[in-house]
Parts: sequence; structure tokens; C-alpha cells
Amino acid sequence: MDILRIATAGSVDDGKSTLIGRLLYETNSITKDKIEALETASKRKGLDFLDLSLLTDGLIAEREQGITIDVAHIYFSTPHRKYIIADTPGHFEYTRNMVTGASNTSVSIILIDARNGVVEQTKRHFYISSMLRIKNIIVAVNKMDLVAYNQEKFEAIKTELLEIAEQVSFKEQTLQFIPISSLYGENLVRKSEETPWYEGATLLETLENFSTQNLELSTIQARFPVQHVVRPKTEEYHDYRGYAGKIASGTFLIGDLVEALPSGQISKIKTIEKFGTQLESGNAKDSIVITLEDNIDVSRGNMLVKVGEQPESRKEIIAKICWLDSQMLTVGKTYLLQHGINRVKAKITNISSVIDIKNMSLSNEAPVDGGLKLNEIGWISLKTASPIFADKYEENPANGSFILIDESGNSTVGVGFVE
Amino acid sequence: MSTFSEKTTVYQANDSSFPRELEDEAIYILREVASQFEKPAILFSGGKDSITVVRLAQKAFYPGKIPFALLHVDTGHNFPETIEYRDWLVNKLGLELHVRYVADSIKQGKVKEETGKYASRNALQTVTLLDAIEEFKFDACIGGARRDEEKARAKERIFSVRDDFGQWNAKKQRPELFDMLNGKIELGENVRVFPISNWTELDVWNYIKEEELRIPTIYFTHEREVFERDGMIWADSEFINKSEDEVPYKTQVRFRTVGDMTCTAAVASTADNLEDVIGEILSAQISERGARIDDKRSEAAMEKRKQAGYF
Repeated sequence: MDILRIATAGSVDDGKSTLIGRLLYETNSITKDKIEALETASKRKGLDFLDLSLLTDGLIAEREQGITIDVAHIYFSTPHRKYIIADTPGHFEYTRNMVTGASNTSVSIILIDARNGVVEQTKRHFYISSMLRIKNIIVAVNKMDLVAYNQEKFEAIKTELLEIAEQVSFKEQTLQFIPISSLYGENLVRKSEETPWYEGATLLETLENFSTQNLELSTIQARFPVQHVVRPKTEEYHDYRGYAGKIASGTFLIGDLVEALPSGQISKIKTIEKFGTQLESGNAKDSIVITLEDNIDVSRGNMLVKVGEQPESRKEIIAKICWLDSQMLTVGKTYLLQHGINRVKAKITNISSVIDIKNMSLSNEAPVDGGLKLNEIGWISLKTASPIFADKYEENPANGSFILIDESGNSTVGVGFVE
Repeated sequence: MSTFSEKTTVYQANDSSFPRELEDEAIYILREVASQFEKPAILFSGGKDSITVVRLAQKAFYPGKIPFALLHVDTGHNFPETIEYRDWLVNKLGLELHVRYVADSIKQGKVKEETGKYASRNALQTVTLLDAIEEFKFDACIGGARRDEEKARAKERIFSVRDDFGQWNAKKQRPELFDMLNGKIELGENVRVFPISNWTELDVWNYIKEEELRIPTIYFTHEREVFERDGMIWADSEFINKSEDEVPYKTQVRFRTVGDMTCTAAVASTADNLEDVIGEILSAQISERGARIDDKRSEAAMEKRKQAGYF
């Protein structure tokens, strides 16, 4: 059984929680006691309908204010696959959560209220999804019941968003527009009779047909960051030296010639193991142990790659960055840069521009006002204390991103995408 | 209740194969714990989730040994079957086990035994846990909590930083991007780690089945003295204050979760093997934590306990 990871995003009151609630309900993923709890809570709030948002708004503050603050993870399954939804808040001030929630997903569902059309948040969500290179975008035009399932309304929204897509979309990205009503379940699981003019698939059908990201990751250059060196030092495994890690991308086979980075030493893969089982190969996202024919210098944070496929050794990096902290990112400051599992010190040498998402004027980027603020996305340059072996994010998303950690508070303050 | 007026199609998750990607993800997390922390421990309750975590740790470091100790916070109200199982597992895998007792925290006057009909030591274990973390200087505690269990847990990170007082601050959580885990902390702080965050109850059961793991016998049907309270089946024991009209009787039950005897309800069941247990869960009308009396206290029961340092 495979897993499809989805990010949902929408503005306040776009009906996102209702959409998720509906998906859970129709896939039999909510149990009776949860529905009963929902009924009680809805009544307490004085509502005469089931407020499905109460299902996902898990924190006291969220329920009090009727808004979603933090990323919630929601699970459901069909006979075909398991789904993980990262439900991210639609409030401007919580954009950092959207980047966080969407970072692990291969599908983005952007909700639009049919009455309001494309709003600033729509652009922001679309931009972030594209920045993260999420290949499958579903634009769910919701609340179609409130516009009498009017086709012109739907088409107008589609046209407007396609214009935006022209500026920020990338070649491999697909966009699908679906007219829905979460409240009545139209075109979610059941094809709606209210939209005879819509010939496409329902939301769930569309999801069921997507391929997962892992397949694509396995076809690009192989990267194996070493997490842990297994040395049992028992009698049976006296000289055993295994390199444990999760394959970031590509495929490794027994007999492959590999180079260890940064040492540059070369050896051949002797075995690929998983809990004593000997495998022929390992693919992207497999957690395995690799042993080599020769005793070469490999430790935690190093990377094994195939000979002839080495990523560039970089000490000076240009990256797009999304700032996640209330304290501004400023030139000259030193952070800890974590690339995969490897940490190095890094100094910000330049902030060249801030991206103006609101006006979608991505070519005329706004000038920098002192530094990068919370929720802003910009271009920076930085230099690291020792080289990192990163790929361009667009060529290898599994080896092309990093986080910045503030050394004084230990918090994760930014996420970068290598150019 | 208009939203739920009509269900349009019936979907049932009947493919019972376990998504192996979840195992790879959990192993990755456990290897990060071993590398990023000085002294990590697995919080072991003897329940299916912590049994799964131990299995994953075994796989993550094979052929090396599990580099974590086990910590069990014993409320004194455990099912004897759970303790038996715990000791068997520790012995089989050659693990280091630390047990700390809620009874000792009560003796030391740090917490007060609850009284009345719903008296339970479940909430009291937080204090014992925090003391043990301090005593052993554990900087990471690995737990089997899952996000699908409860809605405050749905917002939990994989690496969840706790302050000096063990407290969870939902608004100050670190963003977790891609699979990069940041476990950097100050002295005195610690991190709760949840490697099976993305698993559902069904995933855990399918995993146990595919891995052919032994689990405590109370997960399967057995005859037990029970009584009914608030529409739930309670196991009769000396730790529960019954009223006169709560008359115990014998029947076939099993447990869906293994917690303290005072806060875990049983379900009527004939399932005596994993296949049947999974079948029951697929058709169940009640969620797993619906059988947890401790969660019924209020809508925010879990969040409030977590803020105080609970798992």
C-alpha cells in the first residue's frame, strides 16, 4: 500500500475544514464517538449544523477563535492507498506553517470560495506550492452551491488563476480545476448532478490517480546521507561496519562504485541490508544499511554517491529562502545550516531581494528593507565554514534544501532552496 | 445536522497491507535520535504502540544493539499481563529497563492520590515521569504517541521540545521541514520524540501482524470480571471505587489500548487472533481513545495534560 501526502490550503472560511471532514466521513474514517463529540461541541457553540472544523482545530485557542493556528495532520485510507493531509492555516501570519506543512507533500489542494474568486492568499498558496515544486495542484472551487453552480463563475476563476500560473508554474506541474461543494459533497467523492458542464473527475478520483513522489525520486541521481555507523563489535560481527541511512534519491545496487563525500575515497557496495535481509537494491526513501568492500573513511553527515554523479561541492550558496522567525534575517549574521542531516556554520553575505507575492511581480522584486521578515521569501547568498554537497532544489528536491538554526535559541528560523 | 445527512458512497479501507514507507520513516527518526542526543530513552508502557517502537529500534540499529534504555512509569495499577510481557521483552532483547513508581511520588508528597468514583493515577504519572527524566538526565524520550489518536496530538511535532518543566508550548513549536529534524536544545531541556506520528491504529495492527510480534494477552478476547459505567465496560479491580449498583459480572472482552486499569475501558469481543482484531477495528464505530476514560474529562483534556508535561 502506498501513501499520498497532500497539503490543503485556503483562506479563512473557504470551507477547508468542511472539505476534510467530508472526505473523512465518506471514507469511513470518522467513528461514531467522534461524530457524537462533534454534535455536542456544535450544539454548545449554538450551531444547528455539524461544525466539521471542530474535528481539525485541535487547540483550545483555535476553537476559541474559530481559526486554525498550526499544521494538523489528518489520516484517511481508501482501498487503494493511505492519505496523509497536512492541513495548513490560511492566515497571513501563519504562512510559515504552510511551507512546513507542504514541504512533505506531492499534492496541493488550493481552495477558493466561488463567491470571492482569486484572493491574495490564493496567490500566496500557489506561489509556495510552486516554489516547493509540488507537481500536482488541485484548485477546488468551493461553495459552488452558493453561486447556483454557475459555470461562468468557475471558468472566470480558472482563467484568472491560469494567468498567474504562467508566471510561477514549472514545466512538470499539472493544474486541475474542480467545482465542488464541501457542504453537500458535490464532486468530492460522488460526481455531482448539479454540474453537468463539468466533465472532469471528482476530487477523490483525481487523488487516487496521482503517482507518488517516491517513484520520481528514485529515477534521479543517487544520494545516500550516512546517519549512523553501525559497529556492533560483538564476536559474530567483529569487523562489521555498516552505514545506516535513508536513501534521499536515486537507486543503489550491489556492486555500484561509490564515492564518499567529503573524503573523495572510492569503494564498491558489498551489501544492502535491512534488519538482516539482504537486498539487491535500495530506492529513494528506503532506510537501509550499506556495507562497502573497503574500509574507507565514512562518518555521520557524510554522503555516498555514485562515481561520476557527484554533486557540486559548495561553500558559497545562492538560495531562495522563506523566513520563519519573528527576528529578522540580516546580513552578516551567523547561523547553523542543516542540509539533510549535516550541520555547518553559515554566514549570510547578501540579501538581494524580497519577492512580492501580493502583486505577483516576481520579476520586479521589491528592495530589501533592513532584512527578511517573518513569512517573507527572498533571495540570499551565504557562505559555509565547510563545503556542503547539495544539488539545485529544482533538480533534486531531496538534496537541495536546507534549514537555518539560530544558535542562540536553537530554533529553526528559515528554510532555503539551493539555486 | 445537515452536513451528515447523506453519505454518498461507502468507502472501506480493506487493503490491510502495511505501508512500508512508514517503517522507513520511523527508522530514520530513531537513527537521528541516536545521533543527535546524549542519553535517549524509550518510554515503555507495554502497549502495542511502545512495542512497535521497540521493534523499530531493533531494526534501525541491527546488527548492533538498541542504543536506548527503556523507562516505565508504573502507576501501580497496571494489568499484570502487561508487566509480565514487559519483563519478557526486556529479557529477550537484553535491554536496560528503569522503572519508576507513581506510588513513590505519592509517598514523597509530590502528588496526591485522587479520590471518588473516577479516581485514577493516570494524570499523576506526569510528575513521576518528569522526576525520572531529571534523575537519569534523559535528553530525549521516545514515545509511541500517534497523531491520529486525538486532535491535540494531531498538532504535535516529531521532535517536540519541552522546557525545564517538561511543558509543551503549542504556539512555540519548531517548524519541521522536509525530513530535517532539529534536536538542538539547552541543558535541562528535553525532547519528546514520536517516530510513529504518522501511523494510524490500523497501521500499528497491520505492522504487528506482518512482523509477527508477540503482544500482551489482554489485547485478545478473554473472560474477565467487568461492570458497566457511563456506557462503557470497566475491568473490575481493587483500584476502582465502585458504587453499590455497579455489579460485576463475567464476560468475554478485550482491550484496544493498554493503559492504567482505572482509565482503560474494555470492549466486548470474541477476537482471539490478529486477523479478527483488525477486522473489529475496521468495522468499529468507536475510536481508540473513545475507550480512554481519561480523555472524556473534557474536550481539551489531552492538550491540558500535554502542557503539563504528559506524553
